[in-house]
Amino acid sequence: MSMQSLSDVQRESVLRVIAKHKSRPGPLIEILHEVQASLGFVPPAAVRVIAEGLNLSRAEVHGVVTFYHFFRDHPVGRHVVRLCQAESCQAMGASALAAHAKRRLGIDFHETSADGAFTLEPVYCLGNCACSPALMIDGDILGRVTPQDFDDLVASNQGRT
Amino acid sequence: MSIDIYVPRDASALSLGAAGVARAVQTEAQARRADVRVIRNGSRGLYWLEPMVEVALPQGRWAYGPVKARDVAGLFDADFLHGGAHALSQGLTEEIPYLKSQQRLTSARVGVIDPSSIADYVAHGGYQGLQRALAMTQAEIVQAVLDSGLRGRGGAAFPTGIKWKTVLDQPAAQKYVTCNADEGDSGTFSDRMLMEGDPLALIEGMTIAAIAVGATQGYIYLRVEYPHAYAALNEALNAARQARYLGPDVMGSGRQFELEVRLGAGAYICGEETSMLESLEGKRGEIRVRPPLPAIKGLFGQPTVVNNVVTLASIPIILARGAAFYRDFGTGKSRGTLPLQLAGNVRRGGLVERAFGLSLRELLYDYGGGSASGRPIRAVQVGGPLGAYIPASQFDVAIDYEALTGIGALLGHGGVVVFDDTVDMARMARYAMEFCAIESCGKCTPCRIGSTRGVEVIDRIIEGVERERNLVLLEDLCETMLQGSLCGLGGMTPFPVQSILKHFREDFHAGTRH
Repeated sequence: MSMQSLSDVQRESVLRVIAKHKSRPGPLIEILHEVQASLGFVPPAAVRVIAEGLNLSRAEVHGVVTFYHFFRDHPVGRHVVRLCQAESCQAMGASALAAHAKRRLGIDFHETSADGAFTLEPVYCLGNCACSPALMIDGDILGRVTPQDFDDLVASNQGRT
Repeated sequence: MSIDIYVPRDASALSLGAAGVARAVQTEAQARRADVRVIRNGSRGLYWLEPMVEVALPQGRWAYGPVKARDVAGLFDADFLHGGAHALSQGLTEEIPYLKSQQRLTSARVGVIDPSSIADYVAHGGYQGLQRALAMTQAEIVQAVLDSGLRGRGGAAFPTGIKWKTVLDQPAAQKYVTCNADEGDSGTFSDRMLMEGDPLALIEGMTIAAIAVGATQGYIYLRVEYPHAYAALNEALNAARQARYLGPDVMGSGRQFELEVRLGAGAYICGEETSMLESLEGKRGEIRVRPPLPAIKGLFGQPTVVNNVVTLASIPIILARGAAFYRDFGTGKSRGTLPLQLAGNVRRGGLVERAFGLSLRELLYDYGGGSASGRPIRAVQVGGPLGAYIPASQFDVAIDYEALTGIGALLGHGGVVVFDDTVDMARMARYAMEFCAIESCGKCTPCRIGSTRGVEVIDRIIEGVERERNLVLLEDLCETMLQGSLCGLGGMTPFPVQSILKHFREDFHAGTRH
């Protein structure tokens, strides 16, 4: 398997995160969160560095990265849109909204739009169930989302970084 | 004197534009030289009125809602600072029937106080429970929790006091108190509301648990989908540390308790307690085979209390007001109150905390006002993705653990998701299996493979391929998952499917092929 090696900046960043959390109990997930927050994803080449830093096998670290839906091993768009697909949102038209979003961006779930602006992800409950259907864009949550709201959201975020 | 205006910072209120409303109130007040103080509270849980703005008047808090940012200038024009008449006026908040008829014990302060303020928390009865607990022996605290009849509100409904007693009885140098805040069930948001609106109640409850069982370290395992709760919890933790309600000398008692929040990473299974412990240890969230119980061998192999947010947040009032006060609410073996959550296709969705025993019909129609679409309600799913779908003919069931079990349903974490008559129940059965396939931890075969086979079988039924034969196969598969899975995910995914086979079987016969 070919694996892109980490840039010096990336490596330094990963090492800094490891040093910060290493002495805490059960630090691996905390480390992965912070690596993803700073690099945008968990590069496959970071797995070896983290494994060495925590004295774990690469398999153990890889196993954790791939177990959790939130962690990703590839870069994403400038904005990540998470559309809730759970029951409460389904009762209020989430499936139709998802179909609309996919058409509007020309992508399926887990894909990034051609202009690199949006990555679309399904999510199973945002706890906004009294205001379904819900979505989250980056850290912001929206409720009672209509297809028109979605188009407005796309228009207002397309050029923004 | 400045006038207090409350604009919620609750995630659902924010999802409807509360941040813009708060900004507009500030801007407009400045422009008009009005002396106001904007307080960012939690939500009262009347979500059809959010963003709901409240003004503190001498006679009580007055509500306006749902308020858009563009309504704010008009509210000032109408002199809402003094309760002026306006189309959005809802009158005194506490007199709104939806709220007035509730019995809010656990969520009494949610939406009322500034969640980041220790002073506000204490002024509303906060830390009285811990103070009482510190004057009691450990066994007395555990006995009070036992006597209150409190059962785990996360879904399993196990008596909380028994868990605590088991941990107390373990001789160990290190014990832990953990909070399961991985509220992943669709249709539930009471944990989120509590953590955002009254995080100190959870912190106080965990501190009491720690004192009771002899733990010195606690963790709140919070789902990553709740960034606003994460911020609110950390603010409250810092405030509690500074005021010495946490740390090496809790309230001057000489007892030590440290507490931190750990984030999950988008895995539903981590709401299962042993999977949560694995995740807290930084591992894959694969469930553990029990025994040993977490109370005996839990986090890092040590005796550990694992309780849900609402369970722990109910502890302070039990200690403050006494076990009998709490136990006197409720019915049969379901004691106390439960914050129910009304969601999905419902006109007035929100938080309804009532003593056990309310009927489902009262919840759906008296509180909920029927469906949001105005169409007949056909089905409600109670208790999250592993809960049964209940047909309209059973809406008179009482909401308590035993009554729901009696009709083959379960209460779970108290979420109620409403569907109108446009729902295709065969699709919902397929979704139940699909969700299990996506979220299975993979440890046991019935769950890992059974859920995928379940999706395939349901697809064939929907397509009309050998329908009767495949319906038999589906029932058989449900039985296998139910009997053979290691935990509730695989073991309960059949519940919604079986309930659909029983009550909505006609939806499997919609197709016409063969």
